[in-house]
Amino acid sequence: MTSHQGAFSVSRRLVLAGAGSVALAGLGILACPSSMAFAAANDRYPEEAFEQKNGKEAIRLLYGRTLEPSDKIKLDAPEIAENGAVVPISVTTSLPEVTSIAFVVPENPNVLASYYRIPPGTLPNVANRLKLAKTSDVIVIVEAGGKLYSAAKEVKVTVGGCGG
Amino acid sequence: MASSIRVRAIAKGDTTEVQALIQHPMDSGFIKDDKGEFIPAHYIRELTFEHNGRAVFYADWGTAVSKDPYVKFAFHGGNKGDDLKVRWIDNKGESDTTTVKIQ
Repeated sequence: MTSHQGAFSVSRRLVLAGAGSVALAGLGILACPSSMAFAAANDRYPEEAFEQKNGKEAIRLLYGRTLEPSDKIKLDAPEIAENGAVVPISVTTSLPEVTSIAFVVPENPNVLASYYRIPPGTLPNVANRLKLAKTSDVIVIVEAGGKLYSAAKEVKVTVGGCGG
Repeated sequence: MASSIRVRAIAKGDTTEVQALIQHPMDSGFIKDDKGEFIPAHYIRELTFEHNGRAVFYADWGTAVSKDPYVKFAFHGGNKGDDLKVRWIDNKGESDTTTVKIQ
């Protein structure tokens, strides 16, 4: 349980640090309540979010909103990854109306790892394999019914995924 | 040249489970080669799946997706024999596409 608490505190830190900019973004959302915020709104590749070195900025660029932890998300990742270059990570959730799922690795050089858009009719279950530069939390962000939910798990890496 | 995409889609009940494995270096740009020079970033950015012409899944990837990426997802609908089209495009503008029948 301690690792979970640690994980949530990271996402909370991301949120608090981003609170100022998120407030600004909130105005934009109010102006167009039916549309998803920012990159999630259009079909464009979210280039800026993928280039971010900083977790809260990546999340802001992608969504412009805050996260809340959810126990309805099941994040599956190994406790210890011998090889950080290939870490199998999957997520399933019972949250309704899921529209996107993102994986964020705060200790990686670029923190946003992958972002999946889930059209209606597609199940909110995704499995993928990610690189972890070193021991890090893995945060999954599920966008459901216009709100953001997150879960996190620490993965200990014995050999990093970024060479050297 | 053989396709870089291996995809298997299996209809079970009212859902279709899709697994895809793609051959791609997914170079992050952070790794040095034997001469100590950085290998330029080369990675898939967008991957889409269409069932009978309707998009059922979009993946946007960064450099942290592992080499020879794997992804698994599922969608409602899809019958044996339906077309599932897969397409990726990387940061150099290279792309590949394949269409398989749902099993």
